[in-house]
Amino acid sequence: MTVHPFYRRERNQHPPALTPNYKSSVLRAPFRPLVSPEQAELDWTGPAFGHDMLGPLDNDLIRNASAGGEALGERIIVHGRVLDENARPVPNALIEVWQANAGGRYAHSNDTYLAPLDPNFSGCGRTISGADGTYVFRTIKPGPYPWPNNGSDWRPAHIHLSIFGEAFAQRLITQLYFEGDPLIPLCPIVNTIPDPAIVERLVARLDFKNQMPFDCLAYRFDIVLRGRRQTYFENREEGA
Amino acid sequence: MSDGPFDGRLKETPSQTAGPYVHIGTAPQSIGRPALPNQPGPVAFEGTGAVTVEGIVYDGAGEPVRDAMIEFWGADPDGRVGRNGLFGRTTSDFRTGVYRFRTARPGPLKAGTAPYIAILIFARGINLHLATRLYFPENRAQIDADPDLRRVSPSGRASLTAVKASDGEADYRFDIHLQGENETVFFDV
Repeated sequence: MTVHPFYRRERNQHPPALTPNYKSSVLRAPFRPLVSPEQAELDWTGPAFGHDMLGPLDNDLIRNASAGGEALGERIIVHGRVLDENARPVPNALIEVWQANAGGRYAHSNDTYLAPLDPNFSGCGRTISGADGTYVFRTIKPGPYPWPNNGSDWRPAHIHLSIFGEAFAQRLITQLYFEGDPLIPLCPIVNTIPDPAIVERLVARLDFKNQMPFDCLAYRFDIVLRGRRQTYFENREEGA
Repeated sequence: MSDGPFDGRLKETPSQTAGPYVHIGTAPQSIGRPALPNQPGPVAFEGTGAVTVEGIVYDGAGEPVRDAMIEFWGADPDGRVGRNGLFGRTTSDFRTGVYRFRTARPGPLKAGTAPYIAILIFARGINLHLATRLYFPENRAQIDADPDLRRVSPSGRASLTAVKASDGEADYRFDIHLQGENETVFFDV
């Protein structure tokens, strides 16, 4: 069988497991070293998702939970490309998103923040990248909110992203922040990443030119998944 | 598309915790909202060869993790992955912490290795998802001979091996210990 190995995950590009300023990590961080097996077929293949699985409003969070109106808040589109470490587009990547509403409240039974729910907003959406790796969804800019960590810490405005590339080894869940948010450097979850230069890669940039005039501002956010060590063309299995 | 040198010139997007509200985007049915069409759920396979697995993810204080999202990915009963692979996801019960999923007992993968189901764990407090494997107790000899587990201690191998369930609806029990004395083996895949 032909092998399609991925670059090893560069763990210094990710937060370590134990980050005591983010208190929830303290009892949930493994202490023992990870075991490194040889990559195998289960790692370099993964579940496949097709554009036909999406509902017409899946990528429009302003309208996809409408109770008769549209979601309240600053209307934005988030768009960008899904690439791999070799700068190649990753097509058909499933991106699931979830977020708080404009007041910083999640439509979730465990969220008790005093900001009100928005009857026209669930904060759940998804999209799939095109052949050139591009993706887009429309939403409202989520609000920041307080949470019990060191007294009352505040989360910067953020959108959670869950990404499936073409292989299980590329699986990733992360959070997107917004350019210019003064809460970013104050957040213990952001700061689980020790290097501010790495944090910058989680900050969506205002893309003023790509606004929808008189409708939505645009933010640009590119996503990079793990890349393979050899070309698809040399190693691609028949029919794979 | 250019076919230039593969230099790994971009860096992978860094991970951030899935947080306590992961259900909204990945398992809306667990918070009383309709699942999206074709969204992966806790049942990936029914029919001959299907097995039900349940367990609890424990933290370092021995408390159940009640807000975990767990993904599973394995071969079909004939050992085929890729398009035939079986994927699903489940969540810990908010009250008991028990997670449950149903999939196929995977057929043999590579000669000399024991079949397993790849498991990923996402939760508040987990900064980068944890990867482990579920092996089956019927494959003890293959597990002990598996080259991937050569450097894993016998107790570590036990942490990766499901237990045949004796009561309830599940066929196997697979508890995961994030930290401490009985810590589950996690992989850097």
